[in-house]
Amino acid sequence: MPRIYIDNVPFEVKAGKNLLEACLSLGIDLPYFCWHPAMGSIGACRQCAVKVYKDAEDTKGRIMMSCMESVKDDLRISVCDPGAKAFRAQVIEWLMTNHPHDCPVCDEGGSCHLQDVTVMTGHDYRRYEFKKRTYTNQYLGPLINHEMNRCIQCYRCVRFYRDYAGGKDLNVFSAHNHVYFGREKDGVLQSPFSGNLAEVCPTGVFTDKTLKEHYTRKWDLTNAPAICQHCSLGCNIIAGERYGQLRSIVNRYNSEVNGYFLCDKGRFGYEFVNSENRITQTLVRHRTAEAVDEHTLMSHLPHILIGHTVIGIGSPRASIESNYALMELAGKECFYQGLSDNQVFLEQKIVDILSAGAIHTPSLKEIEQADAVLVLGEDIWNTAPIMALAVRQSVMKTAAAHVQEQVPLPGWHDAALKELAQESKGFLANMSILPSPLDEIAACEVHGAPDDLARLGFQIAHLLNNTLPAVDNAAETLLQNATMISQQLLQAKHPVIIAGTSTGSEALIRAAYDIAASLQNNERQPGLAFVLPDCNSMGLAMTGASSFEKALAIVQKNPDVTAVILENDLYRNIPADLVDNFFSKCRQVVVLDTLHNRTTEKADVLIPVASFAEGDGTFINNEGRAQRSYQVFMSPDKALKEAFKWLFEMKVIRRAISNGHDVHPDEMLAGLERVYPQFKGITDVVPSHAFRIHGSRIPRESQRYSGRTAMLANKAVSEPKPLQDDDSPLSFTMEGYRGMPPAPLIPYFWAPGWNSGQAVNKYQQETGGALKGGDPGIRLFRETGTIPAYFQDIPDAFSPRQGKWFLLPQYQLFGSGEFSIYTKGIAALSPEPRAILSARDAASLNMAPGDQLSVQTDNRTYQLPLETMDDLQDGIVILTAGLKGMDALSWGTWVNLFK
Amino acid sequence: MLSTTEKEAIDHEIGLVPHKRATVIEALKIVQQHRGWISDDSVEEIADYLGISPAEVDSVATFYNLIFRKPVGRHVILLCDSISCYVMGYKSLYAALQHKLQISFGQTCPDDRFTLLPNACLGCCDHAPAMMIDKDLYRDITIEQLDDILKKYA
Amino acid sequence: MMTERPLTRNIYPDRPPMNLKEYEKTGGYAALRKVCSSMDPAALQKLVQDSNLKGRGGAGFSTGMKWSLIPMNDKATHPKYLIANADEMEPGTFKDRLLLEGNPHQLIEGMILAAYAIQADIAYVFLRWAYHEAAALIRKSIQEAYDAGYLGTDILGSGFHLEMYLHTGVGRYMCGEETALLNALEGKRATPRAKPPFPQISGLFGKPTIVNNVETLCCVPHIVNNGAAWFKGLSYSDDGGTKVYGVSGKVKRPGAWELPMGVTMRELIEEHAGGMKPGYELKGVLPGGASTDFLTTQHLDIKMDYKSVAAAGSRLGTGTMIVLDSGTCPVGFVHNLQHFFAQESCGWCTPCREGLPWVEKILLALEKGDGKPEDIELLQMHTQFLGPGNTFCALAPGAMEPLQSALKYFMEDFEKHVEHKKCPYD
Repeated sequence: MPRIYIDNVPFEVKAGKNLLEACLSLGIDLPYFCWHPAMGSIGACRQCAVKVYKDAEDTKGRIMMSCMESVKDDLRISVCDPGAKAFRAQVIEWLMTNHPHDCPVCDEGGSCHLQDVTVMTGHDYRRYEFKKRTYTNQYLGPLINHEMNRCIQCYRCVRFYRDYAGGKDLNVFSAHNHVYFGREKDGVLQSPFSGNLAEVCPTGVFTDKTLKEHYTRKWDLTNAPAICQHCSLGCNIIAGERYGQLRSIVNRYNSEVNGYFLCDKGRFGYEFVNSENRITQTLVRHRTAEAVDEHTLMSHLPHILIGHTVIGIGSPRASIESNYALMELAGKECFYQGLSDNQVFLEQKIVDILSAGAIHTPSLKEIEQADAVLVLGEDIWNTAPIMALAVRQSVMKTAAAHVQEQVPLPGWHDAALKELAQESKGFLANMSILPSPLDEIAACEVHGAPDDLARLGFQIAHLLNNTLPAVDNAAETLLQNATMISQQLLQAKHPVIIAGTSTGSEALIRAAYDIAASLQNNERQPGLAFVLPDCNSMGLAMTGASSFEKALAIVQKNPDVTAVILENDLYRNIPADLVDNFFSKCRQVVVLDTLHNRTTEKADVLIPVASFAEGDGTFINNEGRAQRSYQVFMSPDKALKEAFKWLFEMKVIRRAISNGHDVHPDEMLAGLERVYPQFKGITDVVPSHAFRIHGSRIPRESQRYSGRTAMLANKAVSEPKPLQDDDSPLSFTMEGYRGMPPAPLIPYFWAPGWNSGQAVNKYQQETGGALKGGDPGIRLFRETGTIPAYFQDIPDAFSPRQGKWFLLPQYQLFGSGEFSIYTKGIAALSPEPRAILSARDAASLNMAPGDQLSVQTDNRTYQLPLETMDDLQDGIVILTAGLKGMDALSWGTWVNLFK
Repeated sequence: MLSTTEKEAIDHEIGLVPHKRATVIEALKIVQQHRGWISDDSVEEIADYLGISPAEVDSVATFYNLIFRKPVGRHVILLCDSISCYVMGYKSLYAALQHKLQISFGQTCPDDRFTLLPNACLGCCDHAPAMMIDKDLYRDITIEQLDDILKKYA
Repeated sequence: MMTERPLTRNIYPDRPPMNLKEYEKTGGYAALRKVCSSMDPAALQKLVQDSNLKGRGGAGFSTGMKWSLIPMNDKATHPKYLIANADEMEPGTFKDRLLLEGNPHQLIEGMILAAYAIQADIAYVFLRWAYHEAAALIRKSIQEAYDAGYLGTDILGSGFHLEMYLHTGVGRYMCGEETALLNALEGKRATPRAKPPFPQISGLFGKPTIVNNVETLCCVPHIVNNGAAWFKGLSYSDDGGTKVYGVSGKVKRPGAWELPMGVTMRELIEEHAGGMKPGYELKGVLPGGASTDFLTTQHLDIKMDYKSVAAAGSRLGTGTMIVLDSGTCPVGFVHNLQHFFAQESCGWCTPCREGLPWVEKILLALEKGDGKPEDIELLQMHTQFLGPGNTFCALAPGAMEPLQSALKYFMEDFEKHVEHKKCPYD
C-alpha cells in the first residue's frame, strides 16, 4: 500500500486511488464538485486543490487538483497549506459571482453540497458587484424541476445522464460563462433515471418536483431506512416524513444493491402512501359496508375465524413477517400464494435453482463488474430498471478495463478512459421479445418468441457443454448467434446470465441455468441473476406454498371457508373469472390492505394496514437478500399497524394462545426461521428491537428538527410524549445516539459540515465502497459447491398458429406498477393500454395501427387500440400488462383476435 | 429532410472517420452553407441522419460561434474586434457601420441585407482594421471605403 | 544584411503561390524523395531533434522531443495521425496565414515528412474558417500531391502510405489548443483534455497523434535538404532556424518578415517595421501575441528567442508582436484583450469561466471611470490565482500575462483611472 504524507503526517492509502478519494476515505474534509465516486474525475471544477510537493525538501509546492493525481509512494501533499486554502475559497467566490442569493427559497438549502463546500472553504465575502448572468428555465417533465441560475457548471448532470445512464436528451449547450444544461427544447426528460439528477446536482438546479408539492427542509424530516416497494431489486431508500405525510424518497447507499442511484419509479412512486384512496377505516359488510371501531371488529372476528376453515392468500408485496403471520393463522397447509399456477411454478423453479447452491447469484454490484452479460428473454429495462443500469455499467467498465490493459491509466480517469475506449463496449447479448433501449449497447440483439429465445439459450449451453443436447432443426441465424455468444462468454471471467418470469416461459429459466452452470470452472465465476415481479416475490416463493388455483379448488369443494387475503389485489395476478369465482364461493372474505382496489371491494371484513411508510417489514429481493424496511412514521391513531400484527391477533383469537404482548418483527422472523429452514439467517437482518448504543436509541430526526411542539399545538398546547417505536432501535425524536449507527439502521446521511447526501462519504469504508460495518441485507441462498444438474428438455421452435395468437405481456416501467401510478407525474408518463402485432399479422386481419383490436382470453373479450411493430415475431400478440384497471391474463396461451 | 446534395456531402465526410457522429461539425457546416443558418428543424434532420439525438447536435452547434442558430441576412459582416484592430481604430469603423446600416452587433437589417457580428482576430493584423463580408476579406479599411465595399453586396 | 529565408523566399505579395510543378522547380519535394529513399523514421526524428527546431505555435517545445514520445513500430496502435494546427486565432498573429497563402506545398511537404517520421497513416490540416483563400489553395495542393504520387499508397516506392485531409473550423479560439483541436476533429465541443495521457498516446479517436504548428512543419523540408548544422547556423541563438516575426500596431510598416531566430526587438520594430508612426512613442510590446507579457523600451535589445524573452519575464509565443503606443490607453488595451479571452473561454473550468468575465468587467468599469482602488487588488488577485496548474488549460494563464505585466509596468495609468474617475487618454 502506498504511503503518502498529508501535511507531514504519513498515511497508508489504497493504490490506484486519486488523492481526493484517499483524503475523503481518511475522513479529511476536502471540497469537490465535479468528481463523483461512481463517475470518476474530470478535473473541471478546480475545487479540490491541494499543494503537492516534489520531495521532502520542496517547501513551496504547487497547486494541483487532488482528484486528478494518483496516490504514489512517498508523495507529499498539503491540504491545510494557506495557498491551497485561499485558492479553494477563491473558487467559491468565483462561483458566487453568478450564483443567486436563493438559499432561503431554494429547495436544496439545508441539504446543499454548495452550501457545505462554501462553509468548508471559509469563503464569506463576495466582492463581485456587477450583474449576475441569468438563464431561462425549461419545463423538463412532471418529476424534475429546472432552475438554471443556480448552476455552478460542474457538468455532473450531463455526465450522469448521458455517460452513466445513456440518456440522450440532456446536454450542455453554448460556451464560456453561458454554458447551459438542459434539453435542446422544453420537454419531458426521457431517461427513467432522471430523478438522480436531484441528488447528483450539488445545487438546486435539478430538484425533486414532487417534493415541491409538500416541501420540507431536510433537517425537518423524520427519516427511516426503507426498502423500495416497486420491483424485486430491493433498492435501499430513505423515506422522509413530516406532518403525517410521506414527502420524499432519496437514495440510501448500499454498495451491493443500488449504490448511489434509484430509478424514477422508486424515487417518485411514493404518493400512494398519501393517497385519498387509502383504506382508513375498518369495514364490516353485512348488507352494506359499515365502518366499525376496533372493539366491534374484535368481537366480530371470532365468528368468522373460529369453527370455519380458514385459508390464507399470501402476497408477493407484503413483508415476509406478514406472510408468515398469515401462515401461522391459517396453518401451513392452508396458506396459498396469491399468484397463478404458472407464476408459482416459474418462481419455484428459480427458488430450487438458487437453493441448490450450484451457481452464484450476483448482486447488482457484481453485475456491474461482469465482463460479459447475456439477458435471456427478460425485459429488464422495464421490470428491473436499476439492473439495466448495472448492465450498462458492465458494458462500459469492461471496455475501460480493456483500455487499461493497453495504456496504464487509473480507473478514476473517466474522460481519458472513455476517449481511449471510443465506441468499444463490453459484451452484452440482449434477447427479448420486443426491442429495448439496451439494444443500443448490445453487441448482439435477438428478438423472438420465448421458446425461440430459449432454444438459442440451449444451443449456447450445448456449445459450452457438449454433454448437453444440441437444438434440432435450428435455423442458421440461431446457430450463428449461439456460436458467437458462446465464444464471448467463454472469454469472460465473470459472465452474468439474466432471466426472469415476466414472459411466463419456464424454458428460458432452464436455459439460463444450463448456460451459467456450463460456464463454471476454476477460472470462471459466472453469475445467474433472476428478476421477479414484486418486492417480496422471492420471500413468498421461498415459502413453497401452493398457487391460487389450488385455493380455488378448495373453496369450490368446501362452502364454509373464510379466506384471509393479505395485501394482494388478486385481479392483478389472476384472471378475473377465476377470482370472481373464488369470491363467490367463499363464505367470508377478510382482506387486509393499504389501498382500495377491486379485491377490497369484495371484502366482508376490510382491515386497513400500514404501508411500508407506517410499518416495519423484511423483504427478500431477487438475489435472496433479506432487507428490513423501517417505518418512517406512526399514524396518530395507532390502529394503523402492520398486517402481521393484525394477523397475529387473529391467530390469538383463533387458537386462543397468546404471548401476552404485541408481537415484534424480530419475533416473527425468529418464528419463521424456526419453522422454515430455508429462511435460516434471516434473524440477522437487523439488530433486535432492544438494541441500543450506550442506552440510546437511534433518532430518526436530525438535531435541527424543528416545530415539534408547534405542529400539534392546535390539538393541545402542551407537547405530547413522542411516539414510541417498540419494534426497532429507532426513535421518533431527535434525541438519541448521534454517532454512526449500524448500517441497516442508518435513517439519513449527515455529518458535521456535510448536510447534503455527500455525507455518505463518511459512512463508507472508503469512498464508493461498502458501508462501515458492511452493507445491509442478509443473503439467504448459499453456494454449496454441488455439481449442477442440468435441464435437458428443449422446446420446439415457435410457429404461428392459424387463427390464434400467442399472448405475451409488455410491462411498462411507468404504468405497470400497482402503486407508483398514484404519483401524478408517473401517471402522466404512463402509456395507454394497447395491443401490438407484427405489421404482417395486422394486415392479415385487415387492421391498421389505431384500430381497435378485440382479444378474447380468460372468458372475456378485451378491446385495445392496435400498434404494429416490424420487429415482432408473427403469431404473437403483445398486450401492455399491469396498467391501471387492467386484468391479469393467461400469458403464454393461445388466444383469438378479431377486429 | 436533408437534400440529396447535403446528404452526399455529409456521406463523403462520413467515409473519412471511424464514427458517424464525428462528422457533426461538417454536417452543420454543409447544411449552413446551403440554408444560411441552422434552424431547430435542421438540427433534428442532422441528428436523424447521423443517428444521434438533437441534443447532441445542438450541444456542438451552440458551442461554435460561426454556426448560426438564428437566421442571418443575405450577407454576414464579421468585423474584427481584437487587439490590433482595436489599436488601429475598429471602434470608429463599427460606429460608421452602425450609422450606415442602422444595426448593432448581433442584429440584421430589416430588409435582411446584412447581419453584423464581431469576430475574433482575423489574422491580418498588419493590415488592421479588417473585416470579412461572407468569404471576402477587407483589410486596411477606412471609413471612406465603406460605402464602396457595402455596395457590392445586394 | 543577406540572410537565408528558406520559408518565405518563394513568397511574393504580388504573385499567386506556386503550384506543384513550380514548387518542384525550386527544390520542392526533394526532401521527400531523399527521405523516402535513404532515411528511416528514426533517423529523420533524430535529424529534427539535432536541428533544435522548437514548436512555433507558441509553446516553444522541442519538436524532435515531441515526436520521440509517440509509440513506434509494433508498440503503436493505428491509425496514427499527424495534424497541422492551422487554427491561427491568437490576436495579433498572422504569420501562418502568410505561409498558408504563400506556399501551401511547403506545408504539405513538411507534413508528409513529419508523418513519415512518426509513422502516421492519416494527416489533417485543421484550418480556421476565416482563411478561405488558404482553404482553396490547400485543397488544390493536396490534390496535386496525390496526383504526383506524394500522397496515397506506397509513396515514392517507400512502402509509406499517407492520406491527407483538410478540415475547416467553425470558430472558437480554443480549437488552437491541441487537445481541444482533437475534440473538434472528433465532432465534439472544443474543450481541452487533461494531460496525461498525452496525444502521443491518446490523441485523435484515442490513437497516437502529433499536432504541430504550420510554421514548425514548414521548416522540416529545409532541415532535411540542408541538415541540422545548417538549420542551427541560421539562428542567432540556441533555438534553430529562422522565425517569421511580425509587428502590428501604430508602426510605420506593420508586416511579417522571416529573420534569423534571435534578432533583437529593436531591429524588428525600428528597422523592419520602420519605427513608430509620427506622433506616437513606444510604450509597450506584447512580443508573441495576446497571451504574452508586456515588454517595454528597457527590453529593446533583448534577443527574440524563446530563452531570452523568457528571461526578460515574457514569452516569445508566436513571435508576432503587438505594439502599445503612447496614445492608446493601456487599460483599454488590456480590456480588449480580456474581452477576447473571456468570450473565448470554453466554459469547462471555474477560474477561467468565472474569473475572466469579472476581470473584463472591472477593466471596463475602470475605463468608464467607475473603478475603485479595490478593483486593482482584484485584478492582482486574478493574476495570482489564474496561474498555470490552477486552471485546466493555458487560456486563462495566457490571459493573465498581459494583465499582470500591465499592472507591473503601467500601474500609474490604472491608478489615474481610479483617481480621476475617467480614462486619461480620452
